[in-house]
This record gives sequence, structure tokens and C-alpha cells, in this order.
Amino acid sequence: MLETSDVLVLARLQFAFTISAHIIFPAISIGLANYLAVLEGLWLATGKLVYRELYFFWSQIFAVGFGMGVVSGVVMSYEFGANWAGFSRIAGSVNGPLLTYEVLTAFFLESGFLGIMLFGWKRVGARLHFLATILVALGTLFSAFWILASNSWMQTPQGFQIVDGRVVPLDWLKIVFNPSFPFRLVHMSLAAFIVAATIVAGCAAWHLLKGRRGEGITKSFSMAVGMILVTAPIQMIAGDAHGLNTLEHQPAKIAAIEGLWETEKGSTSLNLVGWPDMRQERTKYALSVPHLGSLILTHTWSGEIRGLKEFAPEDRPDSTIVFWSFRIMVGMGLLMLLLGVIGLVLRLRNKLYDTRWFQRFALMMGPSGLIALLAGWITTEVGRQPWVVYGVLRTADAASPLSSQQVGTSLLIIIIVYFLVFGSGVYYMLKLMAKGPEAGDQAADERGDVGTGSQRFGNRPMSHATDPIDE
Amino acid sequence: MTIDLPTIWAGIISLGVFLYLLLDGFDLGIGLLFPFFNREGEREVMLNTVAPVWDGNETWLVLGGACLYGAFPVAYSTLLPAVYLPVIAMLCGLIFRGVAFEIRARARRTQNLWDLAFIMGSGTATFCQGMILGTLLQGIKIVDGRFAGDAFGWLSPFSVFCGLGLLVTYATLGCGWLVMKTDGDLQRRMRMLLKPSSLLLLAIIGLISLWTVLGQPAVAQRWFGGHNFVYFAPVPLLVLACVVGIFRWADSSHDARAFILMEAIIFLGYSGLLISIFPNIVPPTLSIWAASAPRSSQIFELFGVAIMLPIILFYSALSYWVFRGKVRHGDEGYH
Repeated sequence: MLETSDVLVLARLQFAFTISAHIIFPAISIGLANYLAVLEGLWLATGKLVYRELYFFWSQIFAVGFGMGVVSGVVMSYEFGANWAGFSRIAGSVNGPLLTYEVLTAFFLESGFLGIMLFGWKRVGARLHFLATILVALGTLFSAFWILASNSWMQTPQGFQIVDGRVVPLDWLKIVFNPSFPFRLVHMSLAAFIVAATIVAGCAAWHLLKGRRGEGITKSFSMAVGMILVTAPIQMIAGDAHGLNTLEHQPAKIAAIEGLWETEKGSTSLNLVGWPDMRQERTKYALSVPHLGSLILTHTWSGEIRGLKEFAPEDRPDSTIVFWSFRIMVGMGLLMLLLGVIGLVLRLRNKLYDTRWFQRFALMMGPSGLIALLAGWITTEVGRQPWVVYGVLRTADAASPLSSQQVGTSLLIIIIVYFLVFGSGVYYMLKLMAKGPEAGDQAADERGDVGTGSQRFGNRPMSHATDPIDE
Repeated sequence: MTIDLPTIWAGIISLGVFLYLLLDGFDLGIGLLFPFFNREGEREVMLNTVAPVWDGNETWLVLGGACLYGAFPVAYSTLLPAVYLPVIAMLCGLIFRGVAFEIRARARRTQNLWDLAFIMGSGTATFCQGMILGTLLQGIKIVDGRFAGDAFGWLSPFSVFCGLGLLVTYATLGCGWLVMKTDGDLQRRMRMLLKPSSLLLLAIIGLISLWTVLGQPAVAQRWFGGHNFVYFAPVPLLVLACVVGIFRWADSSHDARAFILMEAIIFLGYSGLLISIFPNIVPPTLSIWAASAPRSSQIFELFGVAIMLPIILFYSALSYWVFRGKVRHGDEGYH
């Protein structure tokens, strides 16, 4: 028995590690691809060179992130069978076809038009190039569509029947458009846009702090801070709606997120901070506000929420983890809102580019989109436990018949390889950002070939940039 | 034999794996030839011949995996745990190789390191793929729809030999590809490798066939029992004919012929493999019918494949057409 649980823990650690490393890159790709489509559209509409300059700059960083997302994604598609044979055997009939649709509709659309998007400036006209950019951006969203349909089905499964212990799909429309899917799709897409916005704002802030005031830098700072001002509140509304949906379909997850053990009568208070203790079945050091739980979670003054004790101990998700991962996500969201509002105030006073403390704030907030994204995913995935398919298949029954030595060895190899490879990739992306949009353009101006194709940018995604990365 | 859904799906996945061997084979082979070619600019040229197509080639592996998962979840969930460590090692090899491919061109100080990552990544991925194929051929113990064999069941003299065999196979393909795509000194030296490497390939195919027949009576029965022998007798003859053709044209100016004949040998060898396995999907006991997903899954997935596969094939062919012709040192490059 000890052996089995060891394998389970190692397999879960491995999945958590590989999927966390992976999701960073697609999130950046989704956000930047759409930003690039906007930039190119603005360039075509206004003819202002600054938009094209920004397009070239961010397309280099996009290309690296895209490549990293592809290679880390290949691992995921084989991990389901290797570490989670039980899951594949029982629920592969649903998840397999959805993944196949992702490969067929998204991967090939992206790889088909990425080449034109990155290197096709000389070979195709401006309109066709714009179309290629839009198709790549659409491809990233299609990819999100299928993978989130798959994940959401695991959270709120429907449209199937269990025959001989295996899932048999009955209604694919119900499977794809399961109850949590629309909420998750909106929440994740917005999150990817916010990831891009915070990174662009952080990058521009870094250059502003260095005293650079080129148009590319001020324009991207202004766009990104504006984007955060718009998206942060929308994301909060979307997240709130997602929360109501979760309360309806996965009440144990909500109770764990709030560290709520008893079903409080009359109204529910909200634990602002505290330390949920799974063994003692209470939340220690809790600082709580009466009625606030009801207000936020049910949108009523006296709504009741079922506490964790109403669920059997073996059906409870780990409250300690999700309590805090959720608060990290929300905290990041509030800071983003603050960033957006201060940005607006400074903009109205014409001080957006001259306020150093605000630039430092924006720089520090650079990774906040990614932190919030990871914290949010940890909340929803850990909150689904102990189920892998909610209410249908327990995670413990989903693992492969492997030894802990095997899974431990592969975990070790994967951690080393990922740090080496994706460490280099992230380093490369940061080096590119540090160069800034101006540098590339000046060099190109001197050669008189602003924004032309292969000479400046090479013909491959990750070798898209011009300068050596290790000097 | 009636054509039913599982048979159609077995056909689609066979096609996917075949296209993968056909396309990613030569492209991994370039990594295997890398250590032996390092004159001025040679490695850049070798990389540039596959730069526009390698990631498309690798996508067939992703498609194969996803289709196997969706259409035959029982095969997917028994095969992968059976070859667990080789699969993990193969994926790590592909990661190193893919990233090295792209970063190498931008690195100066660390270029040797990325070259090493490219070579080791290609080698590991190829060797592991060979071992996985060998393990599959030998058969995997399944009880009650679950893998029930040993953790190191994939490690046998036969599977190691298959790993080495695939290294030779891919290197040979890479050599044929480079004869077609390059010229000058690099092409001359690649040409010198054509004859010895195709002889070696022939010997390996022969040995693996013999080993399979002697080691597994069930496969021998399939090959030689009943009318099968009559149908399959031409296969070894055609392989021989291809090798003769390679010798005939190795030194001629028909640069593409040796490569095409090599791909034909791969097709013939692969058909032998399919004959040995079908209608099982994981020998010796799991048939395509027992491994199948529910009908509703296979039908839903078939819609997607029927619409998208022709488009994907068209796009892939187009990309080879756009980048046809010789690649030379100092070309306004892909990097």
C-alpha cells in the first residue's frame, strides 16, 4: 500500500511540475499572438511605423515562447498514457478525441501560418500577412478551446455513461460544452491576455527606468497599462461568475478555498487569512468578516455555504493549499487593478512616463500575470482532488502500474532537463526583452532595411532574433 | 476481412507512424551524422536542409500519440507504461534536439554545447524509438487490460539490437537526404557513405527478420503459414532490388534516386512490421477490437481526421515544394 501511494505522489508531482512549466509558454503565446494581431491591425489602419517596430520586437519573443510551448507540450501528450494509464483506459475515450482535435485544428493551423507570420514579409502582401497573424492568433485560441473543454469535462463531467467501468461518450455537444467550460474558457483567455499585458508593461517600465523614451517604449507602456486597466476588472467579474459556477457544481472546492469547515447558519463569514488544518478540521489564526462570505459567494446577505465537514474526509481537497493559492491569485488581481487605476490617474495628469515609483511598480508586476495564472490553476486542479474526473474517477485509481523507482527516476530526469532547456529559453526571452524595441530598429535603419524579412530575422521561430544570446 | 471502424483507425495510425518514420527519420539522421562532419559551415548547411520542415515532421508523432490515445485507449495505456523509461528518455532527447536546433544558430560561445545537445538528443530519441519498436514486436504482457510485465521488460538483446538498427536506418536516410539536398564536397563525402550504409541496413533488416522468425513462432506462422507466404515473398525481393538500385545510382547525377529507394526500403520493412503485428495492436494478445475506444469516440474523431488530414497533407507537401532544391553554404539562410 505504501508503494502505491508513493507512486501516486511521485506521479502527481511530475504532472504538476511538467504542466506548470508547460502552461507558462502557451499563456504567453496566446496573449502575445493576439497583441501582435492588434499591433499589425493598427499599423495597417494608421500607417504609423511604431506599430510595425513593436510587431517585430514582440514577434521575436513570441517565437521563442511558442517553440518552448510546443516541445513541453509533446511531453504532456505522452504523460497521460505513461503515468496515468488508469485515467487513459477509463476516460481516454473522451480526452483522447479532444486532444486529437487540438492537434488537427490548432497545431497545424499554427505551424502552417507561423512561417508566413515570422518570415513572410517579403514573400506575401500586407493583407495576407495580416491574415496569417490573425490565423496564428486564432490557432492559439482553438488550442485553448479544446484543451479547456477536456479539462472542464474532468471538472464537471456530463454527456456520458459508464459501461463495464469505462466512460462511453453519448453526446459530444454536452461533453464539450459542459457546465464549467464557458467560464473556464473566458477566465483563461483573459488570463493569457493579462499575462502578455503585464509582461509588456514590465518590459517597457524597465526601459523607461533606464531613461529610454523612444516611441516604441512609451507606446507599449501606454497600451499595456491601459490593457490592464480594462482587463483586470473584467477578469474579476469573470472570476466571480466562475466561482458561482464552482459553488453549484463543486461545493467542496469552494469550502476548501475559503477554509470553511462548518456550515454556518443564517449567514457565512469570510476568512480573510488563516491556516486551514486538515487534521484538526479547523482554520487556525482565522481573521474573518461576518456576512462577507455570503455576499461574495452567493451574492446575498445571508446565503449559506456548505462547510468541509459535510463532505467525507476522503472526499475533501487540501484546503491549506487552495486557501492560499486562491488568495495569491486574488491578491495579484487586486494589485493589477491598482496598477491600472494609478496608470489612469497618471495618464490624466500627463505623468505616465515620468513617475519612477510607478515604473518600478510596473516592473515588479511583470511576472504577476504568470503568478496569478499558476496560482489559479493550482486552485482549480488541487481543488478537484481527490478526483481526477470529478465524482467519476479518483486520482488514486488513475495511476499506472509502475514502481516508485521508475517514476522517481523519470521525475529527476525531467526536472534536470527542464531546468537546463527551459531555463535557457527563458533566459533568451529576457535577453531579447532587455534589448528593447529601439535597438533592433536603429540597426535596421542604418542598413536601410527596416522591417524586411529573412536578413534581419532568420527563417526559424526560435532563431528569429539577430544577436547571439550568450555574449 | 471486413472493414470496420477499428480497422480504419488501425489504418490511420499506421499511416501516421509511417509518415513519421518517412519524414522524421532523415531529419533525426542528420543529428546522427553530425559528429562526423564539422568542416567550415557544413553543420549549418546540414541543419538548413531540414530547418523549414523538421517541426512539421515531428508533429506526426504528436498526431500518432493523440490518435492512439483517442481510438485505442487500452493500447495507449498498456504500451506506454511497458516502455516507460525509453519513452521518457525519447521525449527528453526530442526536447534537447528541438531547442538545440533553434538556439544553436544564435549561440557563439556555447555553440559546441548545443551541438552536443543536438547529437545526443537525436541519438537518444532514435535509439529509444528502436527499443520501443523492438519491445512491441516481442510482445507485452497484459492482464485484465493492464500492463503486467516487468519494469525493465523493454531491455532485451533484441530491443537493444532494434535500437542500434534504427540508428543505422535513420543515419542512412539522413545520408540519402543530404546527397539529394547538397552539392560539392559535403555531397561527395555523403555519397561515399551511401553504399556501405545501405549494405549495413540490408544486413540489419535481415537479422531482425531472422531473429523475429526464430524467436517468435507465432510471427513465423503469420509470415509462412497458408497463402501468406505467396503474398509476402516479393517483399524481401523488392528490398534487394532497392539496394541494387542504390548501388546502380549511387555515383550517378540522379541525386534523388538513392534517397527515394531508401524510403522505399523503409516502406517495405514497415509493411513487414505491420504484417507481424496486425490484427493485434499490442502483441501477443491485445487485438485492435479489444483495444478500441467506444464507437462514439471513434466516429467523432474520424470526422476530424477525414476533414483535416487532407488539408494537413496538402500543407506539408506544399512546404517541401516551397523549399525544394539544393542548400548551399552562405545561402541567405534559414537562420
